[in-house]
This record gives sequence, C-alpha cells and structure tokens, in this order.
Amino acid sequence: VTASATPPLGALLLQQPRLVTAGVELFDASLRDQGVEVTTVDWRPPVDDTADELARILADPRTADANATALERITAAEPHWAGVTTAADALGLGRGQFLHAGPPITWTRASGPMRGALIAAMLLEGMADTPEQAAAIGEAGELELSPCHEHGTVGPMAGVVSPSMPMFVVENRAFDNRAYCTFNEGLGKVLRYGAFGPEVLDRLRWMQRVLQPAMAAAVERLGSLDLRAIIVQALQMGDELHNRNRAASSLFVREVVPPLLEAGIDPGDLADVVRFVNGNEHFFLNLGMPAAKSALDPARDLPGSSVVVAMARNGTDFGIQVSGTGDRWFTGPAQVPDGLFLGDYGPEDANPDIGDSTITETAGFGGFAMAAAPAIVRFVGGEASDALDATRSMYAITLGEHPHLQIPILGFRGTPVGIDVTRVVRTGVLPFVNTGIAGKEPGTGQVGAGLVSPPMEAFVEAVRALAAGAG
Amino acid sequence: MVDHLDVRRGAYHDSVSLMQVSRRVGDLDGVTSALIAMATELNLDLLAGMGFAAVDAGPNDLLVAIRAADEDVLAAALSELEAALAAGRGGGERGFGDGPPPRTVRDALTDGGDLVLVSVPGQHAFVEALDALRAGAHVMIFSDNVPLAHEVALKREAAERGLLVLGPDAGTAMVAGVGLGFANVVQPGPVGIVAASGTGAQQLTCLLDDAGIGTSHVLGVGGRDLTAEVGGASTRQALRALDGDPATEVIVLLSKPPDPTVGHEVRALASQLLTPVVVALLGQEEPDLTEAAAEVARALGRGFDAPRSWPAPRPRTGPFDELRGLFAGGTLCKEAMAIAAGALGPIASNVPLDPGWTLDDGLDTAGHVCVDLGEDEYTRGRPHPMIDQSTRVDRIAAEAARPGSRVLLLDVVLGLAAHPDPASELAPAIADALAARDDLAVVVSLCGAAGDPQGRDQQAAALVEAGAAVHLSNAAAARSAVDLVAPGGGATTTGGAA
Repeated sequence: VTASATPPLGALLLQQPRLVTAGVELFDASLRDQGVEVTTVDWRPPVDDTADELARILADPRTADANATALERITAAEPHWAGVTTAADALGLGRGQFLHAGPPITWTRASGPMRGALIAAMLLEGMADTPEQAAAIGEAGELELSPCHEHGTVGPMAGVVSPSMPMFVVENRAFDNRAYCTFNEGLGKVLRYGAFGPEVLDRLRWMQRVLQPAMAAAVERLGSLDLRAIIVQALQMGDELHNRNRAASSLFVREVVPPLLEAGIDPGDLADVVRFVNGNEHFFLNLGMPAAKSALDPARDLPGSSVVVAMARNGTDFGIQVSGTGDRWFTGPAQVPDGLFLGDYGPEDANPDIGDSTITETAGFGGFAMAAAPAIVRFVGGEASDALDATRSMYAITLGEHPHLQIPILGFRGTPVGIDVTRVVRTGVLPFVNTGIAGKEPGTGQVGAGLVSPPMEAFVEAVRALAAGAG
Repeated sequence: MVDHLDVRRGAYHDSVSLMQVSRRVGDLDGVTSALIAMATELNLDLLAGMGFAAVDAGPNDLLVAIRAADEDVLAAALSELEAALAAGRGGGERGFGDGPPPRTVRDALTDGGDLVLVSVPGQHAFVEALDALRAGAHVMIFSDNVPLAHEVALKREAAERGLLVLGPDAGTAMVAGVGLGFANVVQPGPVGIVAASGTGAQQLTCLLDDAGIGTSHVLGVGGRDLTAEVGGASTRQALRALDGDPATEVIVLLSKPPDPTVGHEVRALASQLLTPVVVALLGQEEPDLTEAAAEVARALGRGFDAPRSWPAPRPRTGPFDELRGLFAGGTLCKEAMAIAAGALGPIASNVPLDPGWTLDDGLDTAGHVCVDLGEDEYTRGRPHPMIDQSTRVDRIAAEAARPGSRVLLLDVVLGLAAHPDPASELAPAIADALAARDDLAVVVSLCGAAGDPQGRDQQAAALVEAGAAVHLSNAAAARSAVDLVAPGGGATTTGGAA
C-alpha cells in the first residue's frame, strides 16, 4: 500500500481496532479476552423517555453548526469593566419598576428572601416608610416586576434592582454588547439575601453616596479593566468565582487602589471605600456575573442550538433559557441547597435556591471550575477529590473546553463550557452549582452556603421544545 | 416463604446482564422466584404477575424482587446478587478525582477509538451511533428495533464522512482479526464477507474454516441494507473496502433478496471490483449456505468435502409424525424451513416462510413447527437462547411430554460471547427426553469452529453421547431431520456436498 492509496475506510481493516462499547456488557469480556483495547460507556437510558426527541434534535442539520457557533461565541468573549451607571440611566427603570433574579415571578409566588429584598428596595426608593407598608404595596400587586435577564442584567441571590441603584457596566468587546450588575454589599444581613433592616438601608445609601462615585472615578482613570484576565488568574489562585471570589476580589483591589488614591477622594471616604472593598471577598462576584452574562448573550437565538444561555432562580422556580428556543423559560421547582450553615441556622431555615449567579456555571466557571477551588469542597463535607470529580463530570454535559479558563491541577485543561440540554437529558447528569443559601423568612439574610441541583424537568421540557421545532 | 422487594434508583444495568443475574439468583436452592430487572413497563407487569405489590419506579431504576424459602436463603440470594452485579461492571478502578466513567460514546472517544459497538436498546442507538460518526469512528450497531429512518440517516452521515456503519441488527462482525458480537474463532484467510445475516455469516465462516479456508473480515451490514430505502449504503462501502484489502482474495455477499434496483446497482459495483464476488442470496429458491460455502471454495480453486457429521449412537429410523425445530439463530431456522417445506409442505413458525403459515396457537400446536426462540416473544424476561439454554431445555422436556412422535431439530451456536458450554445443559435434557420416549429423535445443527472457546468437538461428543445426531451443516441437519419424518421424501437428494 503506497502513501497515496488511502484505503476506502482508512485503516479499519489493516490493524486491530481500538473499541468503544455501549450497551451489553457481555461483549466487553469477549473483546478483552481477545486482547483488544476497550473503553466501556457507562450507558443508561435518557431521562423521561426522550429517545425520540433526542434523535430529532441530533438529526436536525442546524444543530451541530449552531452549537459550534454558540461555543465559539461564548469562549471568544472579552469582558471589560467599562463604567458605572444607575439602573435608571442604563435600563430606564422608573418608579415602581424592579428587576429580580431568575425566571418571571409575582409577589404572590415570591419566596421570603425575594419579598424581603423587594421590601428593602421599596424602602430605599422611598416608596414606603415601613416594611409593613412596603409589603402592602407588594400584596396590592402595584409593583412592576421583570427578570434581570430580560434587561441585559444579572443579580446575585434575590437580584433585586431598583432605579437608583448603582450598576457596573461590562462590555464584551468581541461582540460589542453590554451587561449590568449592582455592587456587592458583602455577606450577612444584606438586601440580596432578603434583609431590610436599618443597617441594610444605611449601607445601600452609603454605596450610592460614596462607593458609586469612587468606583466611577477609578474606572474612569483605568479606562477599562480586563475581567477575563482577572478570572483567568483567579482560577489559578484557588477561586471558582461563584462561592469563592477571594483571589479575584484581591486582584481587583490591587487594580483599583492606585486610581482611587489619585482621584482626590476625601481621605475618610477613601479609607471606607478601600476597607469595604477589601473586606468583602465576594466583591468581584458582581463583576464576574456580568462578565459571564456578556459572554452568553451573543450565543442567544441561534436556531437549532441546544446550548443553555441562562440558568437562574427566583427562590421559587429554577429556570433555564436555551439558545434555540428564544426567550422562553423552562422551569422546575427550585431545590433547597445542601451545605454548611452559619451560626445556629440549619436546613429548616433555608430558602429554596435563588439568584442569577448560576450564570457563572453557564459560562464555564463557578461549580464547573470546582477543581480549581478544592478549599471550598468542605461546604458539603467533601474531599479534595470531589472537587476534581465535579469539574470532570461536567465535561459530559458541555460542548467543549474553555480556551482561556484553565485549571492547573487538570493539566491546564480548559473548563467545561456550553451546557447542552440534550447531553443533560441523555446522561442524567445535572449541572453542578455552588451557591449561597438565603434564610426563608423575609429579613433574615444569609444562613449558609453549599451545593444545589437544578430540577431535571426544566432540561426535559427544553429538549421537548427543541424537538418540536427541529427541522 | 419470605418476599424481598427493593428499588435501586438510578442503578442501570443492561437487560442481558440482568437476566443472567436473575437466573444466577433464581437457581439458588430455596429461591422460588427472582426478578432483577430495570423497572420498565414490561418488568413491572412481570413483578405484578409474581404477586408482588406495585412500586413507583421507572426504566432507570433497578427492581430487586426475590421470593425465598426463608430468611437464610434470602440472605444468601442477596449476597449472590451483589456479587453478580459487581462482576458485570467493567470499566476498572477510578482513581483520585478521576471523575465518572464516560456516559456517552462521545465522551468515551475522547481517549481515542476506531470502532464503536453499540448494543443499547434500539430506540437509543441513533444518538450513540451519531456520536461515533461525528467523532470520526466507525460503528457497529448490534441493537435491533432501530427505526428505519435512523438507519438511513446514519448511513448517509457515514458515507459523507468515509465511515462504515455495520448493522443495525448486526449479530456478528470480524474486523482485522477481532470478533465482535457473536463471532466464531476461525482461522485468518482469504474470504471477506459482507453479510446481511449474523447466524448466516457464522454458518458460512465455520463451514469454510472446517474446510481449511480462513476468513479475512466479516462486515455485517444489517438485514435492511439492500432495501430501496437504505439503498445498499453499507454494502457498497464494505465491498469497496474489502476490494482494497490486501488479505481478501474473494468476497462473499450474503444477503436477503435485494430491492431490484439496489440489487442491480450493487451487482454493477461488484463487477467493477478487482476481487471476485460470490453472491449468496438467502431464500427459499436459493442455494443453501452449505452450497454457498462450496461455491466460495470453487472460486478459490479449493476443494470442499461434505461438512462433517456424527450419527446418533442408537439411530432411530422413524418415520415420525412431526418435525419440531427449536432454533436460536433466525437464518438457520429459515434455512431449515426452506428445506423442510420442499418435502413436508407448510411449516408453522413465528418467522414463517409464507404468511399463511404463521404459528398462532403456541408451541404445543400439532404438526410441523419451526420456531426462532431468539425472537422477542420468547425472550421476554429470559436471555437469548444463544447465551442461555433454559428456554430450550424447558421446551425439549415439553416436547417429550406431548403425545405423538416427532423429530427435534436444534441449532447449537458456539463462538465468542455465546453460552460457555451449551452441551452441559442441552445434553442432559436431550438424554432425558430420549430415555422417556422411543418415538423421538434429536438432530443438532452445530454451528461452531474448531477454535471456539466452547471446544466444538467436545460439544459434538457430548451431544452425540446424549443420543443426538450432530451436523456441522445446518442444511444437512435439516435434511436428515426431514428424512426421519418423510423417508425418501426428496429432502436428501439435493445438497451442497459437491
């Protein structure tokens, strides 16, 4: 056989093939007895009798190309922190209009922390003088609620955004799109966890009065800040950028302190700003989230694509959006996270899963980069090996590996990115999500942190909808 | 009597493994019944039929239902169960943070692979096979009940990518010396086979092997490849591949009668190849597989003696009233029926030659009957007769208990993945039946090669010792059985002992 004469089926008939088997185990033994190299698939039937739907989607000639495009767009993102604005200026929010985390929700169906956060926002906006008055406004159905995700925005936990709140502006320079997020208030009793006491409101007002202009001055002097560069570094410093943002927040402080010092800020205010940012190890979460949002939005609305472009929870429902099915939400009941609790709090105090922060997992970090952050596996009493297992198991449900976000302990393998609903339903493997845990009573605040499973039915519904539209 | 019922959520095992586990547990002394199965609707029905309470479970959950004489027996049964389940799980040890084993073909192929063997239930085969093709691997689909549209789509995709789809419903293949599915251990040699039938290819390779003629490759293309819908997609690729293969000197195309247009195109392609092609069609009017083997030998300029047979030690001459064929291999069953029908007239069957000859009234129906016990209706909750003899052992006893005289005709298929010692179960059943009745005879069609792990000649010896006549040629076995029913009926006058 000469080099030019390629056999019709390659080398299939010329050398002993390496085998992969899926199905009847009986055949593996006879292959191994013949000395053949065999990899066995740990196969199981797809969830909820979806064989026909999966076949239709995979046979759709658009799907493979659309998914390739989606993955390319998500991983090509170049998110930069480009400015500071308010929700009123950036999003046109008016009085009585509020954004919230997760899929659409009404006051009636809203959980304790969601109502608590809305109460805090009404007090902040001066719509009510007392929590009771605010709750009455909610009960009367006088609030105009809309998901953050439908306004280029993401919000951690309750994710409530009201018109006067300061917002980070993140630009994805690869696609010229923007995403927004509020400033992080720190841990404990804070609006996003549903607390609305005086200390919560005092902090929010200080953030508007002092932190907002300081951040605006810093970013103006920086020009912009490359967020992907910080995320890449932080992954190599033990963060997964959802439940651990310690390294990223420290890197952020290192970037913003020099321009803050140059900005002519009152020394007392300056000290407060630096102390606040430096003392809040989740400060970067509210930049990592819009960075992820800005990366995913260009992958929306690709006909035939089965890629998840948003996973988000409102404390009642867990919802996903899929590229090939437009703005439609597929939802299931939000689950109560499993984790470690603060102080005397326990699982009975926990609210079901809440927040848009699962945008990090959707973009290939957070729980999907758990292997980078073995320090936090103790949230669920896990071992360091569990962190590696978590990331490795996500390759089964994603389209590819992130070319920039890499994990040293995995040999600098790229993180799993591009959740494919068909692969979730085929394998029965759900996205691995890290999260904070909010107290279920309004006004409580944070009670713990841990892991949570999305509801499988959301992915099954998405598969059925994609199949119905498959060409 | 104690009942044990538990549901293991998300613990998936394939049905073949579980039926073997059920059998292993059910065979323990003191275990009255055992059902270890995924909670499909069928298996939930079986559970109800055993008198167990209904449970809320789905196809991804493992049912464990055991009825035992007492608690000690139950404890032994459960420990046998755990051992049997653990034994089946391949994949090896996982190390520190290795992550889970691959759940799909795509993930398994990230570490490399040339050929993927898919044997998942038919409706699920498409997505796994597509994973293989899109990762650049060839695929063999053992699964049956794959929708025709899926087969067409897969073969189109494979053709575009220069890849081969074997199957669906490909029972056997041999690729570069590796036997896949139910293949026999035959010597390497000049004959390349493109086959639409698994047991047909097994019979052919075994007969050639016994004549000293080896096989280069067996490429099973599935029974529908030469239909108008599929258009011979895999057959064409397999023919071209074998034509380019330096080890192959003659190609055999073993097929059901093709769609006329497709058949014409495939013959045109065959005539352009540099390698001679012997076309062997399966069907009532066609030469049998033994004759096909002889023709292949002629094409190679080699001799072909009549395949070996071993007479029954105490021959019974008949004539007997009925022919009863109890087959594991579908093609062998049909070949036997084609031969028998010529001499005996209509043969009732679950895979009838003529739709009017459909076996409606069960296995106890009087008259000439040949059944393929590998078909779905006989394998519910029981393993296929290629890997488990219990269905036929039971049936042999039932035939000996029915009034009237008859000849039992059985195929015993050896090879990789087949039952490790079928004679150990069939021979005692045959001996018992012959001891119970003088008006009964047993003829065995032994499809095996000298190199098969079961030891073909030992299998033949054990079956003969039990009182059966044994033939390596299925056609010769059928003629011999027919001759015991209708002596001089013409069945022995044709044949491939050329």
